[in-house]
Amino acid sequence: MKKLTNKLLDWLNAEDQSVFDDAMELKMQEPKEEKEETVQQRMRDRLHIKDEVYSEGESKEVKVLRIIYRILAIILCGFIAYNLLIAVSWLPRTGEFDKPVNNEVSARYIEKGLQETGAVNIVTGMILDYRAFDTFGESNVLNIATITVLILLRRNKKKLPNEIEEKENDRLLEPKNDVILQKAATFLVPAIFLFGIYVILNGHLSPGGGFSGGAIIGAGLILYVSAFGFEKTEKFFTEKTQKVISLSALLFYCLAKSYSFFTGANELESHIPLGKAGAILSSGLILPLNICVGLVVAVTMYTFYCMFRKGEF
Amino acid sequence: MDFICNFPFFSIMISMFSGIVSSVLGRKAAKWLNLISIWVIWFLSAVLLYYIFGTGEIIVYKMGHFPAPWGNEIRAGLLEAGLALFFCSIMLLSMTGGRKKLMGEVVEEKHNLYYILVDLMLASLLALIYTNDLFTAYVFVEINTISACGLIMIRQNGRTIEAAVRYMIMSLLGSGLLLMGICMLYDITGHLLMSNIRDAVSSIYSAGTYPVPLTVTIILLTCGLAMKSALFPFHTWVADAYGYSTVSSAAILSSLVSKGYIILLIKIIYRVIGFEVYRASHIIDVVFVFGLAGMIMGSLSAIRENDIRRMIAYSSVAQIGYIYMGIGLGTRYAMIASIFHILSHAATKSMLFIGAIGLTDVSKGSRHFAELTGSGYRHRIAGITFAVGSLSMVGIPLFSGFISKLLFAQAAVLNTRKMLPALIVLAISTILNAIYFMKTVIRIYTPTEEEGETITMKQEKVYALTCICFIGLNIFIGMCSQPIVDWIGAGIDMFA
Repeated sequence: MKKLTNKLLDWLNAEDQSVFDDAMELKMQEPKEEKEETVQQRMRDRLHIKDEVYSEGESKEVKVLRIIYRILAIILCGFIAYNLLIAVSWLPRTGEFDKPVNNEVSARYIEKGLQETGAVNIVTGMILDYRAFDTFGESNVLNIATITVLILLRRNKKKLPNEIEEKENDRLLEPKNDVILQKAATFLVPAIFLFGIYVILNGHLSPGGGFSGGAIIGAGLILYVSAFGFEKTEKFFTEKTQKVISLSALLFYCLAKSYSFFTGANELESHIPLGKAGAILSSGLILPLNICVGLVVAVTMYTFYCMFRKGEF
Repeated sequence: MDFICNFPFFSIMISMFSGIVSSVLGRKAAKWLNLISIWVIWFLSAVLLYYIFGTGEIIVYKMGHFPAPWGNEIRAGLLEAGLALFFCSIMLLSMTGGRKKLMGEVVEEKHNLYYILVDLMLASLLALIYTNDLFTAYVFVEINTISACGLIMIRQNGRTIEAAVRYMIMSLLGSGLLLMGICMLYDITGHLLMSNIRDAVSSIYSAGTYPVPLTVTIILLTCGLAMKSALFPFHTWVADAYGYSTVSSAAILSSLVSKGYIILLIKIIYRVIGFEVYRASHIIDVVFVFGLAGMIMGSLSAIRENDIRRMIAYSSVAQIGYIYMGIGLGTRYAMIASIFHILSHAATKSMLFIGAIGLTDVSKGSRHFAELTGSGYRHRIAGITFAVGSLSMVGIPLFSGFISKLLFAQAAVLNTRKMLPALIVLAISTILNAIYFMKTVIRIYTPTEEEGETITMKQEKVYALTCICFIGLNIFIGMCSQPIVDWIGAGIDMFA
């Protein structure tokens, strides 16, 4: 009995193979031969398995689940939208006099905005003087968006010979000889640039400002590059230009506003003259800051276009 | 006003400044600038904390020449200064621990871009900690979101791009809800400054003028921030985002970014909505239930995982669940436990990521459990780091995780209505934690005959030093818990 259990244990531990020694006849495996038909059958089966069994589109359960998922998603979205609409209907009506928004905050912006910031355009005075910290954050949002796009789309500098060739091919595909576009651009681009510069420089006097003016200039650059190709723009706008412009604009913003925050918080005199309201050179730091914001926005727009178009400048 | 009162403003501006300048610097210079700026901010925050302990007064700092409801304002109390100090420490350790990996995984021309992202991330975290204005908070939430996407996808392979897209969709949905919440709140209160909103909200609440918009606002704010910090039903992006990005990013994302949003939520609860109003709305019960669900579901997903990095990522979901459970209990004591757990989890999770990367390095770069067998012997310091982190997560005394579990249990006992579910789920979750962490620890300490590459402490001095700092920090939080709890309590009192 003990011998038997030992034997069983040995067998379980795969140490004793003697049980099989007599029963098995070792024979070399013959190379497998297949007929043409079976090979074809096998290939068909494999395709069939790949196409139908493992494919999600063919499975009935997946189809049903997908439909249920869609229906539930629509119901959920409808429910949320309905609730939000209900909530909005409870909000105070637009234009009511005793709306909570009409309080001392907006009253001071409207009444004292001109004499405290020197900006005729109250909105500009608000975003670049009263709440300049938020706008600083906002221009850094643009900066960091450029950086993430660069991370995602910028190609590595090292170029293989075939890549250079590809680049040449890419040049060929550019619509550089489109006469209608070029003629239109010749007329439009200078006007667009001038208008953009006007909007930025008059940001504190009339509607507009850095964000809108920068967007206009950026659009002008994109129109120019679409008409005349990258060969022309590379003469004045390379990766280095982008870096230098965003760096200097943001750095100036950072330093100028740091100075202003620091003097403001410590109750020091800021020594920045507000000037005569209505003149171009007035309202203290607002004009330079507007220019900075405009430059950052224009450069960001153009960089996005270049990166999405071909991954480099 | 003392000169030290400028320090919160200096901290934010220094990290912004280094982020802007890094774009024209080379790899090495950007690295040093990043390191120096984090150290400087660490030092400033330490001095600030000491100063506020001395005076016991809140620092209110106006950004510009105009006082608060018209201009921007930042505000520093005990809690804020301490959190800034703590976040800087974790940021520093995560960066040094993952630096070697960064060299291998990120193209060299993009290194300075990585440091820009880290600098701006730190700036946005500091701004979220210090701001006293709801809209400023939103602007910096945007910076935080975009730089987090960049941190995920800077290691460019298919998985990270997919992870970044997922992260971006969920995170932008969260931002959108947050923005809608802020807009509605502005419409019914007319303010963006936190303290003014709270006064207006309490008068609205007692007068009962806008009951529906107020409730919807609370839902939107809570839901948006919960989505961004990966609370249970919105956690699907976590595994990919933390699992495949380069290790410093994973450590920063899991231990700082999600925590920044939770800090903002706590700030909104105390300083915008008001604790009483928030507790009276039943949103807090929903938060409690989803916190409990997250504690279980995160751990279950982690048990099923066969990849060490993804396992740690899913464990984050469970830990975020703990924090929301604490918020949902709705008492001051539970809030202290939650904030303690924010610290403890931030210290432990980054440690686990840094430890795990050492283990995978000696296992032919594979992150699957089969290959990790015995890796604790091949890379001793990484093995010890991972083991300490696991013990802390499970809640063994001496380490930080134990204290936070103890605090949660005590807080649960004080709330009679929610005591039973909280305690039961806490127990189940602890067992589940033990299952997957101990499984891993046992595996990395199972001897194997297979010869693998070994790395000693002398070969990777910086890494070893980082690991030792992490272990020290964890044991410090675990052993000196009482002063930390006292500090959090005093900080919360200053907060409200």
